[in-house]
Amino acid sequence: MRMSGAEILIESLKKEGVKHIFGYPGGVVLNIFDLLYENEDFQVILTRHEQGAVHAADGYARSTGKPGVALVTSGPGATNTVTGIATAYMDSVPLVVLTGQVSTDLIGNDAFQEADIVGITRPCTKHNYLVKDVKDLARTIREAFYIATTGRPGPVLIDIPKDVTVNKATFKWPEQVSLRSYNPTYEGNKWMIKQAARTIQKAKKAVIIAGGGVILSNAARELKELIEFAEVPVTMTLMGLGDFPGAHELSLGMLGMHGTYYANKAIQESDLIVAVGIRFDDRVTGRVKDFAPHAKIIHIDIDPTSIRKNVRVDIPIVGDAKRILKVLLSILKEEGKSQWEPVRKSWLKQIELWKKEHPLSYAYSDTIIKPQYVVEQLYELTKGNAIISTEVGQNQMWAAQFYKYDKPRTLLTSGGLGTMGYGFPAAMGAQVAHPGMTIIDIAGDGSIQMNIQELATCVLYKLPVKVAILNNQYLGMVRQWQELFYGERYSCSHLDTVPDFVKVAEGYGAVGLRAVKPSEVVPVIKAALKIKDKPVFMDFVVDWKEKVFPMVPAGAAIDEMMLGEEAEEKKKKKLRAVK
Amino acid sequence: MRHTISVLVENKFGVLSRVSGLFSGRGYNIESLSVDETIDPQLSVMTIVTSGDDQIIEQITKQLNKLIDVIKVVDLTEVDHVEREMILVKITPKQQDKAEALRLVDIFRGRVVDSSPRTYTFEITGDEKKIAAFVELIKPFGIKEFVRTGKIAMAREGVKKS
Repeated sequence: MRMSGAEILIESLKKEGVKHIFGYPGGVVLNIFDLLYENEDFQVILTRHEQGAVHAADGYARSTGKPGVALVTSGPGATNTVTGIATAYMDSVPLVVLTGQVSTDLIGNDAFQEADIVGITRPCTKHNYLVKDVKDLARTIREAFYIATTGRPGPVLIDIPKDVTVNKATFKWPEQVSLRSYNPTYEGNKWMIKQAARTIQKAKKAVIIAGGGVILSNAARELKELIEFAEVPVTMTLMGLGDFPGAHELSLGMLGMHGTYYANKAIQESDLIVAVGIRFDDRVTGRVKDFAPHAKIIHIDIDPTSIRKNVRVDIPIVGDAKRILKVLLSILKEEGKSQWEPVRKSWLKQIELWKKEHPLSYAYSDTIIKPQYVVEQLYELTKGNAIISTEVGQNQMWAAQFYKYDKPRTLLTSGGLGTMGYGFPAAMGAQVAHPGMTIIDIAGDGSIQMNIQELATCVLYKLPVKVAILNNQYLGMVRQWQELFYGERYSCSHLDTVPDFVKVAEGYGAVGLRAVKPSEVVPVIKAALKIKDKPVFMDFVVDWKEKVFPMVPAGAAIDEMMLGEEAEEKKKKKLRAVK
Repeated sequence: MRHTISVLVENKFGVLSRVSGLFSGRGYNIESLSVDETIDPQLSVMTIVTSGDDQIIEQITKQLNKLIDVIKVVDLTEVDHVEREMILVKITPKQQDKAEALRLVDIFRGRVVDSSPRTYTFEITGDEKKIAAFVELIKPFGIKEFVRTGKIAMAREGVKKS
């Protein structure tokens, strides 16, 4: 049957099982949007900014594991997606971004709303396409979804010129995709896995580092089995939070720049690191040459370029984390665990000591709201049964430290690119995918203003996203660096004028709540959690002097941590007591 | 260390820019690059000369492999291989030097591809050493224009570097 390009696009999306499209119309995509009018197969969520659309598709994808889809127009519509695409690329999120393009005969002529979006997004997509012939459209869409969701996932962009949406072709859906140049490795090398098992058995002080790859390969169950069987403590990267229950005794929480004292200590003292689905980002390793100086490193990742990119690796295993962990576990189980029990015990005891020495802490106050208290109460009141998204900066780190993630896909955060303005639209996308679920964006007063327009979208589609604004009137993380490393010269980090977020929310038709005193925090959260049909802004006026600790200064080794004044005080007292 | 890397790619528009963008985006050097279609018009071969320590070269080959349009990457430096490059050089010799210039081209098994009352244009092919030696000797004759193709390379059949 002959169909127009727009019809082929719609048919193809149906074949891919797409249910939700985040989009924004414009001149060259009108033929496509016309077909979406009164279409029963999809829900189109009209965002208020194309960046919001891509972040929403990203939140949708991260919270479900299914690819997110965004549809925007050419030129500025397309360029507005770039930050969203780059965010998804850094964190390996499967997206298919459809951009309109000017007609093929106008391409290259600097036509109205023309931008070379394929050129612009080449370095921040897993792959991208310009479809010049309508005959290639169905195959291209099939390939795009395939590439986005297989191997190490990532965003794929398809640029579709206006005339291609009009031109007709026979619709032919390729059932199979075969790309001679793209064959991700899933099965790990057996011999390498055996080596890894042997090394794990011999290790006295092993630590597992679990990253976002565990979530992407749905390997949390296998990981948990391995951790519990081998009695090896686990620390997680920011992207890996949720890989393993945060409240479990073998969990060390997050490692790295704002990681826990005990996670960083354990890494530095360990004799073996088993890294699963991580890429050794600089925020994780600190000064690379002093990272885990005594440890052998086993590195499991599906992307060969992740291996030996930043740190030396002794046993590299390329493949899918789930399959590799399964094989690894079966080999370990064959051998039995008795031989290592006594040695593991003393290592776990050491870790317990570190946990007691410097737990994650902050000084509670009953006169001023501490931001950490807000995050803690969000955890208490949701009992961890929520999806949390974050913005970037202090809010993100407190959300990582003081909320305990028990399940994969419950934390949505821009780990790699560090995109302020990510959390709110991502929460919105997650809410679209999980209508009944509590979704909370932990935000700062700076970040929330970067995509605040999506309040209108949430109101329109009755998405009850909760936003906890840790309002300190500052770009808190910038302020923290300036205080610690720039002689308290607060250049451009004081926001000075912050809008009345309660009124802003009400202006959009949402609910605005405010807490000024610590005693108001719990009632505000409780009230917000009850609201099921509207977005809520919770404006928490928090202590602006509060800083995120522990902190590893940039360029330092990860055990060179600043632990915060309270911690320092305690340490001094203890020393005195010992004397 | 310098490496000559042969990259088999899909012959599609934009592939060259994906490859060159990878090098510039990640701060790798391209010392020379030559590319053209193979016998199969759906495929192209790029020969890239780059430099870096082992870790960088490993990353370069892995990153190239990761590009969707790249089919095969071979670091020819690791195997016995043949390298060739061609130059065209236009010189302006003095009347009394003309015979000597022609003799030089002859020694290097080059050819005269154009001549005018005041210039000669030579074509020389060879490996890097030969080209460098020729350039050194021809320089005193006065080079007016100079172009080179960039290296192309191919592994020798059935021989592994010891």
